[in-house]
Amino acid sequence: MKPFVSPLSLVPRITMALLAFPVLAGLAGTVIPGLGWMPALGGTRFDLAPWAALVSTPGIWRSAGLSLATGLGATAISLGAVILIVASWHGTRAFRLIRHTISPILSVPHAAAAFGLAFLIAPSGWIMRALSPWVTGSDRPPDWLLPGDPWGLSLVAGLVAKEIPFLLLMTLAALPQADADRSLRVAAMLGYGRVSAWTKCVLPRIYGQIRLPVYAVLAYSLANVETAIILGPSTPPTLAVQLTTWMRDPDLAVWLMASAGATLQVLIVFLGLGIWTTGERLARRVGYAWILHGGRLPNDAVLRAAGGLLALFASVPVLLGIAGLATWSFAGFWAFPEILPDRFTLQNWQRAAPGLFSLSATTLTIAFLSVALALVLVLGCLENGTRRRQRAGRWALLLLYLPLIVPQIAFLFGLQILGLRIGLDGSLFAVVLAHLIFVLPYIYLSLADPWASLDPRLGVAAATLGASENRIFWRLRLPMMLAPILTAAAVGFAVSIALYLPTLLIGAGRVPTLTTEAVALAAGGDRRLIGVYGLLQAALPFIGFALALLLPPLVWRNRRRMRIAA
Amino acid sequence: MSQALTFERVLIQQKGAPLISLDARIDPGAVLTLMGPSGSGKSTLLAFATGTLDQSFSASGRILLGQHDITKKPAQERRIGMMFQDDLLFPHLSVVGNLAFGLSPRIKGRAARRSAVEAALAEAGLAGFADRDPATLSGGQRARVALMRVLLAEPLAVALDEPFSKLDSALRAQIREFVLSHTRSRGLPVVLVTHDPADADAAGGEVVVLGTPSEVPMPVGDLRRRG
Repeated sequence: MKPFVSPLSLVPRITMALLAFPVLAGLAGTVIPGLGWMPALGGTRFDLAPWAALVSTPGIWRSAGLSLATGLGATAISLGAVILIVASWHGTRAFRLIRHTISPILSVPHAAAAFGLAFLIAPSGWIMRALSPWVTGSDRPPDWLLPGDPWGLSLVAGLVAKEIPFLLLMTLAALPQADADRSLRVAAMLGYGRVSAWTKCVLPRIYGQIRLPVYAVLAYSLANVETAIILGPSTPPTLAVQLTTWMRDPDLAVWLMASAGATLQVLIVFLGLGIWTTGERLARRVGYAWILHGGRLPNDAVLRAAGGLLALFASVPVLLGIAGLATWSFAGFWAFPEILPDRFTLQNWQRAAPGLFSLSATTLTIAFLSVALALVLVLGCLENGTRRRQRAGRWALLLLYLPLIVPQIAFLFGLQILGLRIGLDGSLFAVVLAHLIFVLPYIYLSLADPWASLDPRLGVAAATLGASENRIFWRLRLPMMLAPILTAAAVGFAVSIALYLPTLLIGAGRVPTLTTEAVALAAGGDRRLIGVYGLLQAALPFIGFALALLLPPLVWRNRRRMRIAA
Repeated sequence: MSQALTFERVLIQQKGAPLISLDARIDPGAVLTLMGPSGSGKSTLLAFATGTLDQSFSASGRILLGQHDITKKPAQERRIGMMFQDDLLFPHLSVVGNLAFGLSPRIKGRAARRSAVEAALAEAGLAGFADRDPATLSGGQRARVALMRVLLAEPLAVALDEPFSKLDSALRAQIREFVLSHTRSRGLPVVLVTHDPADADAAGGEVVVLGTPSEVPMPVGDLRRRG
């Protein structure tokens, strides 16, 4: 036994604490005030007044129902679409094209994607401009409530557009372990069509691996704020949006009601997860019966065409939306139903420039710091695991998903109160720590597999040459991991730049970023300014990914095997 | 100062079941060849010797270099060099980088280290290859660089884990002769794990044939061949 504990072996524990403590403490700090207990503000007796106020708020049940329906709907549609896309096209040449057009959308922040979609489907958006007047017979925009329809359809569309790329990536990452190609060949010889073969032979084996990401998507959809502000209905809005408004209210009674509401939001996420897992069990039973039935669907051309169409729907609207943001940001006078503005101008950018510089600086500072902290912690965890020949256990993985499954709004609110108590609220540092909670899991998840696939014999070879563990880490593992580390950093960077609620609540409105300001513009409707902010917000993560892709081949231009590995 | 490498009543167990045992002494410059089917624990024995045994195994017995018990020492301090089936050259370093990574830290100073590496390259017939990408070398060239990397670390003994098995047959004899002549001239004791009887013949030392894991083979010390 060693006489001292090495600092490295503490890193996993510090990391787990940094994830678990804010979520659990924040959750407690949210739920308890909702029961009237708030000593700092004079509430020292448990009572249900905040809950009474909550349930008597007009439209509250409609808000809750809207959250539940849009969340479950968006997740089911996204997962179904991913299954159909992969089942019908995986392994074909077309699939590479599908993958290359859908992947970039992963880097687009929710807010920018939502704005882009809004510009597309609005009555005066590109779709109606393209159809007017020759189809609509009118040269005035129709009087539709879009986006923001009371059924939440545009909200579902916005969520689906962002969730398909994520679930697609997770599915593709799970595929190699399922021995898909050989199973599909066997099924094809038995007469199964491509879609039924994949659904029957591959899906059951990989679903276990994509289950946690699916739950994260579901929890996010049930409680998201920025997409719902931009695309969701407003009278009443979804519960999470309603809560965000209340939480920024100076009135203590409204605040306590928000706290009760956040507890309701947690219950909704639990209910949603319950409904989903019931659905899983049902699907398993139906699917098993279908497998026993032996149906082969040998002619699945229609299904495959539908899968192709879905792939188009998953990528084209967001990409067009970004083009829409770009067009508006440079637009001079732009009358309906013209497809393009009369003239392009730099005026909108010049008008926004003074604010944009400091906003971008704050956004980038928060992103760089949280990514750097997360990288240090994650690499520490992975290196510690390698030295002890351990891999992260089941509990560690669940802990990683904790901040992604517990609704943000439910623990951030309590965390904000906690921050107030210890004087950390509204500081850049507090915002960086809050971002870390969300950046870290994504960085870990994207780095763990490449790290595990490093040939362990390289470390053994180096050790027998006399290299110390530290030397092996700095001279071998770290440089060999350059490309995966840069990719993980780009992922974390994109996550941080896109974060809305943690920035807003923990920053107490005093740490404005591109994202908080962009979402704030939603109410105003200045399309040119929204175009400027949205485009910049989408561009920053994209630049990060571009660097992560371009740098390694440059660094390794004289190292053939490193280029193949990357 | 060459020393013998001794396996003293070594027994390795996996989950309580005996896997492999060995009691043998390898004199300076001599080769002990271990042969046997896959799964008989040959590589596990090398891992125990080099100090890189996985935690799922338990081992008893001692490893001695000369009179020194190195059983408890970490791999970094044992000075037992190792060659694998693959060359395992670090893909992100140049040939020089790989060799300098191996070169003993006792040689100090930029110029001295560079000239030690250049001398090793010349010895391997690879003068002028210093700044090449290892991926652009032929299989035989990479094997020679890998051996030089091991030797530059100034090992006191060498473990060879089927290092010739992936080379084609023409190259095989040539690289084998290259490796063994270097270990012999330096007076290093060598443990060689192989499937190929030709390797054992060329090595010319004691040959231990291992059985299947369930049989718990004891060393067969009298299967001596004169090389």
